[in-house]
Amino acid sequence: MESEEPGVDCNGTIERLYHYLDGELTDERRQEIRHHLDECSPCLDAFDFEAELRHVIASRCKDHVPEALRQRVHDALREEEKRHRSDA
Amino acid sequence: MADRRRFSELAMPHMQALYSAALRMTRNPADAEDLVQETFLKAYRAFDRYEDGTNLKAWLYKILTNTFINSYRAAKRRPEKADVEDIEDLYMYRRIGDLRSAGAGPSAEDEVFGRFTDDEVKEAIESLPEAFRIAVLLADVEGFSYKEIAEITEVPIGTVMSRIHRGRKALQKALLDFAVGRGLVGSTESGR
Repeated sequence: MESEEPGVDCNGTIERLYHYLDGELTDERRQEIRHHLDECSPCLDAFDFEAELRHVIASRCKDHVPEALRQRVHDALREEEKRHRSDA
Repeated sequence: MADRRRFSELAMPHMQALYSAALRMTRNPADAEDLVQETFLKAYRAFDRYEDGTNLKAWLYKILTNTFINSYRAAKRRPEKADVEDIEDLYMYRRIGDLRSAGAGPSAEDEVFGRFTDDEVKEAIESLPEAFRIAVLLADVEGFSYKEIAEITEVPIGTVMSRIHRGRKALQKALLDFAVGRGLVGSTESGR
């Protein structure tokens, strides 16, 4: 992974991979990385891998809320509302 | 200042995400349910201090995280490591590349990702030490920014970044260990 482009090289790109995927770079820095990725398929491959992994992790961590919990929270809030109203 | 009568309407849609986060934090369904209920009650009581128009989800997560740290951590059942080992950048990507060139790996990453079960992904996150687990959860599952995570967890942004970075690499190692353990991908022990 060598690049002769000015701005940012492969090492600099990989170093900023997470900041890039997290949307935590300045526009200017983002442009530089984007430009490097357009020309460097090994870096692009690594970025795609990390982005896809992130997506897999987020999508596999959804849990179904038990109906009993919804009901419990609903009842607890209703109790609290009553208490609040009688205090007011 | 927010109107308490609108609390349920605004907060209830976040319950699914909060419950998932509570499960990852407590690693126990009964504790997770109690933690969610306590979070909603505290949020309701404090709702007059929530500023309308600011990030309600982040505000609810702050209450959830604080409540977990203050009340549930003490009751945790498993002993736990406080730190993660140092792992190279792009850990999983590089290992899978090695496996592929040794003829022992899947041909595409989609194949590896597709082989992980939901339970394995959850267990890999739950295997991380608490501080790393919470940082990775807030960043990668909930999509909060570094600044928001710093506010939710009340630690400096540099610490947040370091925890996310190191936590992610430890998570990749845990996931790949599952894959190797289940024989989903071959081991590269001989090649290393």
